[in-house]
Amino acid sequence: MDSALASEGAVYLRQSVQTAVKLLVVGHFAVGKTTFVGSLSEIRPLRTEETMTQAGALVDDLAGIDGKTTTTVAMDFGRVTLSDSLVLYLFGAPGQQRFTRLWQDMTHGALGALVLADTRRLEQSFDVMGLLEEHGLPYAVAVNHFDGAPAFPEEEIREALDLLPETPLITCDARDRVSSTRALIALVEYLRDRRSVQEPV
Amino acid sequence: MTPPAPRRGEGLVRPYVVTDGRAHPTRNTFDLVTLVIAMHDRPLAGLSPEKVRLMELCLGGPLSVAEIAGHLTLPVSVTKVLLGDLVDSGHLITRAPIPSAELPEAQILQEVLDGLRARL
Repeated sequence: MDSALASEGAVYLRQSVQTAVKLLVVGHFAVGKTTFVGSLSEIRPLRTEETMTQAGALVDDLAGIDGKTTTTVAMDFGRVTLSDSLVLYLFGAPGQQRFTRLWQDMTHGALGALVLADTRRLEQSFDVMGLLEEHGLPYAVAVNHFDGAPAFPEEEIREALDLLPETPLITCDARDRVSSTRALIALVEYLRDRRSVQEPV
Repeated sequence: MTPPAPRRGEGLVRPYVVTDGRAHPTRNTFDLVTLVIAMHDRPLAGLSPEKVRLMELCLGGPLSVAEIAGHLTLPVSVTKVLLGDLVDSGHLITRAPIPSAELPEAQILQEVLDGLRARL
């Protein structure tokens, strides 16, 4: 990793970058978050880990977990330079990290979230969708295409996920850069339009 | 798919030893995407080994807090403590993300959209 830093200038941001924004890519275990982030990122996705201990001052959240005094949470993230002055970070994390400082760090100031879903396990998306709603974070849902997974009409998926009429529902292939980019575009269009409806200029 | 960077050896030192036992930074201004820029005119002599590593990383160019933690394989909370000290000592400056209350968010969202569309 050190040699990559020394030899690849691309690892660093442009000096002209002024603004960094973040979007979350969330979903249950093995739904394709890291793949999605990796398809879009200009850097090799990085991982940060946080060990929750007493020093983490989150002791209450561990109460009731038998004999468990520490736990490790992780998130993978990537980076997309969008212009000379603007860079986008994509953070991927599962919902069970809800009580951690890392989750708070991730959601703080995030523009919105893309929920990745798998048609074979749609019910597992409720947890993270509820979590985003608790945080007041707007989201779109992207059904990640898995080979051999059943394809359902959009209406059935909407109903199964109990989506609001305005929540965008997209299908994507997290392995494909263009497909993943389109999913993010759908999310950001929604965030922009939603805002202009809320606050007419 | 590119796998995440391999983990370095766990090292001999527990994370909070490198922060002198502190779990919180001296300032509360670090977001995961706060941009960090190193000052080239500050001596590294006298800094702890972890701070020297951090400075050597940052002297190459701007990085976000999250990237610094990822490259150094340090927990974000520990990284923030080290960054706070280095900002206090004048080794680093930060370019904070625009506070959300002041964010001209519609404009930012349009710029994000334009940037993403240009990548298709």
